[in-house]
Amino acid sequence: MYRGREGMWAWIFHRVSGIGVLLFLFIHIVDTALIGWGPGVYNAVTSIYHEWTIFRFLQFTLIAAVLYHSFNGLRVIVIDFWPKGYKYQRQLFYGAMALTVLALIPTGYFLLGPVFGIETRQG
Amino acid sequence: MSLAERAVARRGTNFELWSWYYFRISGVLLLFLALGHVYIVHILTPIEQVNYAFVAARYAKPFWRTYDLLLLLLAMSHGVNGMRLVLHDYIRSRPWRVFAYSVLYSAALIFTVLGALVIVTFQPVPE
Repeated sequence: MYRGREGMWAWIFHRVSGIGVLLFLFIHIVDTALIGWGPGVYNAVTSIYHEWTIFRFLQFTLIAAVLYHSFNGLRVIVIDFWPKGYKYQRQLFYGAMALTVLALIPTGYFLLGPVFGIETRQG
Repeated sequence: MSLAERAVARRGTNFELWSWYYFRISGVLLLFLALGHVYIVHILTPIEQVNYAFVAARYAKPFWRTYDLLLLLLAMSHGVNGMRLVLHDYIRSRPWRVFAYSVLYSAALIFTVLGALVIVTFQPVPE
């Protein structure tokens, strides 16, 4: 009933996305700390984030992880505090997934659009 | 069970209860702070424009420094608490588990201090 079903995947995705986001938090503290070395160093480092195509895809993955972890976190809270919540854990999982995918559409457009030659912003 | 063991067991239960609440409270705050951060800094602002000048302009306002500091402290504590449970789940040997906790907490402390120092002390130099 649980194993191999939505509840298990919700838990696995939550754990993996949480570990991934924490790992990035450590990286993000280091890249931000490089600002102390002045504009030259900091601009060289931040330019990697938009100039390297692989970094755009990694950022997309990161934002997907943050979004899923947020929405599934809400699902967990609803299951915990709403007495009937556990009966709808499957539907809530699909809801969290739907919100994640929905929010990823504009994210993908702005972040990955330039990779595919789409002009996403004017000026 | 000795009194000391009972005290530890009771404290353990209590600690995990507070940990449980903390996940939910910090989680709801992070829902707004983290998603707000991603949206404002990385979607609303084209990532090509996230550079030294952008941070300098942003950090001229104490509001954004406070925002980022709060986000750092909440994200780190929420994440480390989660990682503590992951290590607890997968490392069955007690000595190795204690070692892993030590590494996790040390890294968390060092990185939190580093991040907080940058947020609080950053002073832009003219480009």
